[in-house]
Amino acid sequence: MFSYYLKLGWLSIRRNPLLSTLMVAAIAVGIGSCMTIITVNYIMSSNPIPQKSDQLFYVQLDSWDPNNEDDDGFEPPEQVTYLDAMALMKADKAYRQIASNRSGLVLEPQGEGERPFAVDTRNTWADFFPMFDLRFIYGSGWDDSADRNLERVVVLSKEINERVFGGEDSVGRSVRLNGMDFQVVGVIDEFLPVPKFYDVTNGAFNEPEEIFIPFNISVEYEFPRNGNTNCWKTPDGDGFEAFLNSECAWIQFWAELRNETEKQDYMTFLNAYAEQQKELGRFPRPLNNQLSNVMEWMEKQEVVDDDAQVMLGLSLLFLLVCLLNTIGLLLAKFLGKSGDISLRRALGASRSSLFIQHMIESGLIGLGGGVLGLGLTWLGLRGIEMLFGDFVKNLVGLDWVMVLTAIGLAILSALLAGLYPTWRACRIAPASQLKIQ
Amino acid sequence: MEIGPIWRAMMRNKTGAILIALQIAVTMAIMVNAISIMQERGRVMSRSSGIDEHNIFVITSVGFAEDFNERITIEEDLAMLRVMPGVVNAIQSNSVPLSGGGWSMGLQTEPGAEIEGTGVAIYFVDEHGIDTFGLNLVAGENFDATDITWRERSDTDWPDKTIITRAMAETLYPDDPDGALGKTVYISDTEPLTITGIIEQMQAPWNSWDGVERVMLAPTHTLFGATRYIIRTEPGMRDSLMPQVEELLAERNKNRIVRSMRSMDEIRERSYRGDSSMITILTFTIVLLIAVTSLGIVGLASFSVNRRTKQIGTRRALGASKVAILRYFMTENFIISFLGVLLGAGLTIGLNILMIEAFSLTRIAWYLVPVAMLMLLMVGQVAVFGPARRASSVPPAVATRTV
Repeated sequence: MFSYYLKLGWLSIRRNPLLSTLMVAAIAVGIGSCMTIITVNYIMSSNPIPQKSDQLFYVQLDSWDPNNEDDDGFEPPEQVTYLDAMALMKADKAYRQIASNRSGLVLEPQGEGERPFAVDTRNTWADFFPMFDLRFIYGSGWDDSADRNLERVVVLSKEINERVFGGEDSVGRSVRLNGMDFQVVGVIDEFLPVPKFYDVTNGAFNEPEEIFIPFNISVEYEFPRNGNTNCWKTPDGDGFEAFLNSECAWIQFWAELRNETEKQDYMTFLNAYAEQQKELGRFPRPLNNQLSNVMEWMEKQEVVDDDAQVMLGLSLLFLLVCLLNTIGLLLAKFLGKSGDISLRRALGASRSSLFIQHMIESGLIGLGGGVLGLGLTWLGLRGIEMLFGDFVKNLVGLDWVMVLTAIGLAILSALLAGLYPTWRACRIAPASQLKIQ
Repeated sequence: MEIGPIWRAMMRNKTGAILIALQIAVTMAIMVNAISIMQERGRVMSRSSGIDEHNIFVITSVGFAEDFNERITIEEDLAMLRVMPGVVNAIQSNSVPLSGGGWSMGLQTEPGAEIEGTGVAIYFVDEHGIDTFGLNLVAGENFDATDITWRERSDTDWPDKTIITRAMAETLYPDDPDGALGKTVYISDTEPLTITGIIEQMQAPWNSWDGVERVMLAPTHTLFGATRYIIRTEPGMRDSLMPQVEELLAERNKNRIVRSMRSMDEIRERSYRGDSSMITILTFTIVLLIAVTSLGIVGLASFSVNRRTKQIGTRRALGASKVAILRYFMTENFIISFLGVLLGAGLTIGLNILMIEAFSLTRIAWYLVPVAMLMLLMVGQVAVFGPARRASSVPPAVATRTV
């Protein structure tokens, strides 16, 4: 029966090409614009590390200014100070933990005539690699002893390994950064978390860094800080030492806590630490330390852009207009073939079979609109890429979830739009129509 | 005239009319709110940064070798840049307007940690700063070469003098902004600075900051590892000077790299790319939306003309003129569209209130509503004209045929 209805639907669509084209086009345009914006929103709010996002916690310690209250009360600073980061690393209370920040160095290739170039680097700890599930092409991350013993080791990204070593196994070889030699211990595979959850403070949709370096090394050699630095108090005195001991927050701190008990224990530890610091005259505000897992942290940082949400609202309304349009056109179409319907009724077709037949016809139109709309979505995403350029490079990919969503949404919209016209068509009294003939 | 019969005919077949009216209403709500967002973005983008944007470019120099002497390099670079033909002036600074990255501190009129300072963006410049940026000094005087200090990355000392924008003076001394000159303000809670000059206007590096015009100039050279040069050229010379400067800086000293060379025009474009893209997307949306709505009107009107072919023929046979038939369909559409835009006005305002609450957007300008109403009424009339003309050309003879 289904294939017979499909055939009937197809014939009916062909009989009225103008109306049918208009309907398919309306749905396609609606789906295209909606899905373009939905895709951008979907990627912005996607989970960058789904396998363990609820075991990774961003740590905020409220060490901030007691005289600087926001409208909604005290909010702890986004990042932590060097003093606190080092204390937490030393305490080693979480299953895994890392302090990290962004930096930029100059790499001098050893080949003849090659110019030195700037690289983005991340200073971090051994746990970074297992904690965030980084995969290695060659070698591995460094181990704890490298952190403790200030070993000059680095992990390279795939791209930088291509650029400097032509993609060969570079483990054991050395790279020259800011005039110092570092030994390569590992090369990671493609790593492109979107959003870049581990450092949303410095751009939630930026590219990950190209080289990873032990944090302690970056402090030892006073590497420049390329990330956000916030101070509520001026450091006591000049020099790097004074800066390190200051109330300036510039480090992101993550802890891996495998279950609720570990999380609660860690929170207890953080609060005890804060109390102890209060006794030393720091942490002048009321106790307010926070642990947020990955998605909570993305939410708190409002990673999804306001503009994207405004556009989402407008594009849903746009889809509504397209649906109203389709309802009107379907109504016109179905009522236009009252004669047909009456004839089929008179020959014994039940209302329900007519209903199914017309819903199938609507679904067919929806499918057409969906496929065409998918093409338009792709065009729309290319358009957005063109407009925003490299800012959105990672936000405009279509994955199969989005493809299915587009087609599903199109068929669903068409079926919804078809409901009322179909109902009206089924209610046509056969006698009245047949009389005229 | 014919409104009575048209209305009654419409009432017999309400659904089509209601659908069109609804479609017009939602179209209007989207359109007006989108235009309002576009106007707002346009306003933001048209603000002046206060500097001579078209003739300025920036370039960053990063030293990396052990024996790199940053201070000497800066002094020599600047001396060389300033005598280059076509260069008006050049300075080292930490940032430029619209760049998105910079340094901010709090300034307060009384010393003390318990007092909350007013946030201010800081540009470190030397005595050539005002000329290089092309700023307008409205009171006081420029820095002198002897005022300029050198600051390392972890230093905390501030110079004794500062030049601030008029907007900053107004925020610090709301009662007497003109008296700001010569006053002492405090930075880092307790360190005094004397205001020795006031400039008319200059933007902070963050264009979406609500204190975007609160700026201070500090007479300081920075030794932060990465150095940014700001170069102002004579009109028309910028594009030819950019590659020359890049090459010269790179060749002069092999212990550093130069990078991130951008003209201010490019920095502005990047800074507002989100806003200008939003404008493009919204424009596109509006065009598509109107296209969809008018096609819907065309489709439904054609359908209703087809259904009424016989009726039209009868009217024609009974003496109705072509114009009367045309007028019938035009009037019908006018009534539907009018109801649509009335409802649309309500929806528009409702949507606007929602958006203000959710995204703190601005209120729509009142005149947008009537303008949009008129425009959509016209769109409706244009869309229905084709089908209506087809209706008017139905020959009276149709009435005599049975099918």
